[in-house]
Amino acid sequence: MSQIGWVARRSVRRTLRQPALIVPTIVFPLFLLAVNASGLAAATKLPGFPTDNYLSFALSVSFMQGALFAATTAGAELATDIETGFLNRLSLTPLRGVAILVGQLAGAVLVSLLASLVYLAVGLIAGANLAAGAGGAVVLLALAVLIGVAFGGLGLLMALRTGSAEAVQGLFPLMFVVFFLSSLNLPRNLIETDWFRTVATYNPVSYLVEGIRSLVISGWDGEALALGFGMAAGIAVLSFAGAASALRTRLTRT
Amino acid sequence: MEGIVIDGLVRVFKGGIRAVDGIDLEVAPGEIYGFLGPNGAGKSTTVLVLTTLLPPTAGRATVAGFDVASAGPQVRARIGAALQEAALDQFLTGREHMELQGGLHGLSKAARRARGDELLARVGLTEAADRKVGGYSGGMKRRLDLALALVHRPSILFLDEPTTGLDPQSRSALWEEVARLAADEGVTVFLTTQYLEEADVLADRVGIIDRGRLVAEGTPEALKAELGRSTVEIVPAEPERRAAFADLLARFGEPAAAAPRAVAVMLDDPTDGLAELIRALDAEGLRAASLEVHQPTLDDVFLQKTGRHLEGASTEGAAAEPEAVPAR
Repeated sequence: MSQIGWVARRSVRRTLRQPALIVPTIVFPLFLLAVNASGLAAATKLPGFPTDNYLSFALSVSFMQGALFAATTAGAELATDIETGFLNRLSLTPLRGVAILVGQLAGAVLVSLLASLVYLAVGLIAGANLAAGAGGAVVLLALAVLIGVAFGGLGLLMALRTGSAEAVQGLFPLMFVVFFLSSLNLPRNLIETDWFRTVATYNPVSYLVEGIRSLVISGWDGEALALGFGMAAGIAVLSFAGAASALRTRLTRT
Repeated sequence: MEGIVIDGLVRVFKGGIRAVDGIDLEVAPGEIYGFLGPNGAGKSTTVLVLTTLLPPTAGRATVAGFDVASAGPQVRARIGAALQEAALDQFLTGREHMELQGGLHGLSKAARRARGDELLARVGLTEAADRKVGGYSGGMKRRLDLALALVHRPSILFLDEPTTGLDPQSRSALWEEVARLAADEGVTVFLTTQYLEEADVLADRVGIIDRGRLVAEGTPEALKAELGRSTVEIVPAEPERRAAFADLLARFGEPAAAAPRAVAVMLDDPTDGLAELIRALDAEGLRAASLEVHQPTLDDVFLQKTGRHLEGASTEGAAAEPEAVPAR
């Protein structure tokens, strides 16, 4: 087994043995989905709203929230390793830095995938339509996991910069604000406040949401998917580059 | 096989704190070296530098023949370390820890299993091997930590305060295992401790560190012999004759610190002084309620070198070791 494999195996084991990490990731977004779907269904009557099924529209929010939970999980787990000295233990083995970063995300990716499967299943059972069909479901899961990896990279970066699990948890409300200032709750063309629409247009989260949403609502939309995957990959690359640099600073091993 | 050579080692932290301030020492292969000092003296920083987790600011150190600053991977391949506070994953079992450690060191599946079972048995954790570490006692965690440090058969072992917080039974079990490693397997052990007894019982040689500097070094016996003299402390049977006791004792050496109702003297003649003192007490008709002979301890050595007692001595206001160390 490779070094990444060993770290990943540990990460998955740890995660599976902490129901408190998995259950809220799955339950909380579903709870919000239920509330939104029943309370905001009238939004579909807005002229230009892209679907008449609000559940289909709101389902993408769950995937984003799940990715955010996964990110804080990955970051908090690494921060705990720093706090307990476990990272020092790993540093004394021939382990390469990249293996720590990639392996450490395995648990979060697993949570992200499990949660996404549940959101999709519950959404479809509850009456959402998946316009892109079965193939679209696979692509949707892939995008959701990639977003989980991208946000996970931010969690790792935060953990390595601060060395504190509490600080990583602080990422959660901050990201909620970033989510709010995107097209998560309303399509961009329906946002009437100019500054909000401008911020949402520059906010990468809008494109992640729209990538997922396109598969559910519109079917195969090449541009939305390219932007979604591109933004997720971009965030992943940048966050991992930052995390790798922060790891070098933290691990001053010779 | 080579041991440890440290030459003018300095480690300065932010704010100019000199946690290690010019240490020179050598540890021979197969030796147990006790690095004794109070909290914040620079012990852990020295270990972090020697285990390649922290680069030195100045000076040079080689471990197993490799420079810690320029040959980190080679050093790490030859050392095992159990650092302060057993760093374990509470959600993994003891056996899973052994597997992970063996895997990261590149052991084959069969070798991992055999070595893991062997080490778990050796530290008495076979029965608890499949339990999650979160349920282990402090002593069990320390023993697992030691076993993990040995997975890849290191020739040099670093133990940073391995028995801090352990009960006496767990402490002596760990001492036995460390002594066995050095005696039977020729493992060089660099052990930091703030416990006098630990250094005294376990170490072939002791280095006493205070405020980042080595203030004394030698075998425990030699260090104590440097002080050389025993102290006799007597509680007079008749308290009103305390002054007479003090006058008599002054003939046999320098007065020493004693309990409130007692008088004490550091004997000038360690060989015959005690017998002569007792004869003199008898001749003068001075009756003792109790008489105790104190042999010099490493604390006396520390006191003589630093002017402070080791127990409870902190380096407050001095070159204390910062809390923040890399990757912690």
